[in-house]
Amino acid sequence: MDSGWDESDHMVGLEHYLTVAATLFVIGVFGLFLNRKNVIILLMSIELMLLAVNINLVAFSAFLGDLVGQVFTLFVLTVAAAEAAIGLAILVCFFRNRGTIAVEDANVMKG
Amino acid sequence: MSDWVFYLFALSVLMGGFFTVVSRNPVHSVLWLILSFLSTSGLFVLLGAEFVAMLLIIVYVGAVAVLFLFVVMMLDVDFAALKAEMAKYMPLALLIAVILLMQFVMAFGAWESNAAAQSLRAQITLEQYHNTEALGLILYDQYFLLFQLAGLILLVAMIGAIVLTLRHRQEIKRQDILAQMYRDPAHALELRDVKPGQGL
Repeated sequence: MDSGWDESDHMVGLEHYLTVAATLFVIGVFGLFLNRKNVIILLMSIELMLLAVNINLVAFSAFLGDLVGQVFTLFVLTVAAAEAAIGLAILVCFFRNRGTIAVEDANVMKG
Repeated sequence: MSDWVFYLFALSVLMGGFFTVVSRNPVHSVLWLILSFLSTSGLFVLLGAEFVAMLLIIVYVGAVAVLFLFVVMMLDVDFAALKAEMAKYMPLALLIAVILLMQFVMAFGAWESNAAAQSLRAQITLEQYHNTEALGLILYDQYFLLFQLAGLILLVAMIGAIVLTLRHRQEIKRQDILAQMYRDPAHALELRDVKPGQGL
């Protein structure tokens, strides 16, 4: 880290935040594979992964002194909220039609 | 001091994430997810990104997590049966998680910041403004089209969610405004002369 990153008054450096974000992302992927049938937990895992991405963006933005990272975080937040709303709407629709939320039943339309 | 706060928040982010994924009760999952979001906004405050931190609480905790909680409580699902098969997927999930983590570690070991990183900045953080003010200055100025596009995405998502969950049930009596407007009292009312003691 000798390239002039601004970490003069931070004992906790950029690497710490990146480690937290990477671990959170791995937990999200772990949750995707662990809860193959439960769509609600699947959506929550996706939210966790998006949160990890946001931590990365804000950490780089703060340590580099470049505000665009935080602007981009706003857009990621928007898309995440939209995705959660649509996903849960599809889930409610699916539950109404089939009486279950097991996604492995969702391939009945395959030809 | 600031270090201990960071480690506290980081620990509760990761703990919240982990228990979101492995918890048996989905309501507990949502509550752990809320803990994770709140701790992340604490991390953002430590980084000096106050606006994004508050936005995270408003959007994620206030809207998304409550939406999740609402759906979890509304759907009558036998979650115990869904969770029973979790052990079956555990080896594959652990394998993929470990591989991904190793890949991250390798990428992290090989990573070094570009020497020209300082000069490649697009929007240098101005010291004389607060975080919210500085963000507003560039968001409504240089990223205005993207801002409008984000609004459009939210509009499409809102309409999509309404269309997906709208149900037009036949057996319910509904208000028919046109029928009300064209209702003619001359046809709706009939005057009958009722004789005493005879009835109709």
